[in-house]
Amino acid sequence: MFKWLDPYAKPQVLFATLLWWQRWLMPLAIVVLLIGTIWGLGFTPADYQQGDSYRIIHVHVPSAIWSMGVYAWMAIAAFIALVWQVKTAQWAIGAMAPIGAVYTLIALFTGAAWGKPMWGTWWVWDARLTSELILLFLFLGVMALQNAFADRQTGDKAAAVLAVVGVVNLPIIHFSVEWWNTLHQGATITKFAKPSMDPSMLWPLLICILGFALLFGALTCLRLRTAILQHEAHRPWVRQYVEEQQHARV
Amino acid sequence: MNPRRKQRLIAVSSILVLLSGGVGAMLYALNENVDLFYTPSQLVDGLGEDKNKPVVGQRLRIGGMVVKGSVRRDEHSLKVSFDLVDTGPIVTVHYDGILPDLFREGQGIVAQGTLLNATTIEATEVLAKHDENYMPPEVAEAMKGIKHVPPKQTYSAETP
Repeated sequence: MFKWLDPYAKPQVLFATLLWWQRWLMPLAIVVLLIGTIWGLGFTPADYQQGDSYRIIHVHVPSAIWSMGVYAWMAIAAFIALVWQVKTAQWAIGAMAPIGAVYTLIALFTGAAWGKPMWGTWWVWDARLTSELILLFLFLGVMALQNAFADRQTGDKAAAVLAVVGVVNLPIIHFSVEWWNTLHQGATITKFAKPSMDPSMLWPLLICILGFALLFGALTCLRLRTAILQHEAHRPWVRQYVEEQQHARV
Repeated sequence: MNPRRKQRLIAVSSILVLLSGGVGAMLYALNENVDLFYTPSQLVDGLGEDKNKPVVGQRLRIGGMVVKGSVRRDEHSLKVSFDLVDTGPIVTVHYDGILPDLFREGQGIVAQGTLLNATTIEATEVLAKHDENYMPPEVAEAMKGIKHVPPKQTYSAETP
């Protein structure tokens, strides 16, 4: 069923594919993010309760959704790395973890900056905020574990196990606002019901969410390519590629 | 799928399933402790199956809707008191300090403080909760009949 995926396990093939994707995704991500943030921060109407403060949602929600999305993709890569022992999947974990950590940090920081004027506090130890903080620690833990062993393969395996195990946290983050009473409000768009947001505010938010996704894709392509070059530095095809690049520059 | 891969697949999957079960059981056991606050009915009727009631003098958080018309301000200080409600019982909160901008009647709030008696709390901190609905003022007015008045304007109207 997944036989068509097999060639992409080969670093050289994957490298070329990632280059193609990156060339499309990076400019697209920048354009979409610019449209979404300018529309959202500058041209949407103010909220009836929160006034202009709610505009931070256009950064907060996309980064929070994709902090979980990045983790899910990283865990899938880790699962493939553990079961099928595909080394490119292994490198993908290391490529995605810092992106996820930064997204989580953005979500936590913008959340605090939003919480101070609206709730009256930067931080509260409710279930949603705490579980999102744990997500940050999971990302940092994966990054640290990968480099914690003298033997690179042991570190890779330990990081993959942690990445897979940490998936348990994702449903906890998502459902925390339903299972327990929290200061954080319930879901606005990630639910089966109609989004409880006026269309004039919803569209720029959806564009921002798409923009964060595209940026994640573009950065992953970039970082995974770097990882492939690092790990395969001694291979003839890498040497040839580097030489070609140098010729192109001269 | 070759046997070694199959073995690893089973191992990784079973770790994940066991761990989810473990974490699930743990969270279920801790269920009442993960809640950030008591609701007024939990405070009055008790929490969970054992009907655990907080004791007088205990520090706790209470969360509910501010009852319309219940906010009483002291004219010469920042002292304020108001009633909270969820589905039935009413709990009174006394507070001395600045309320958050989003504090208004009918709005959800969370207060932290000490239990004075069964239904009274002396709060040290009041936080405003907001809901997941976002809309422009005109839409809110049309849909809900809510006329948005920022809190500052309300005060200036009362004390010209």
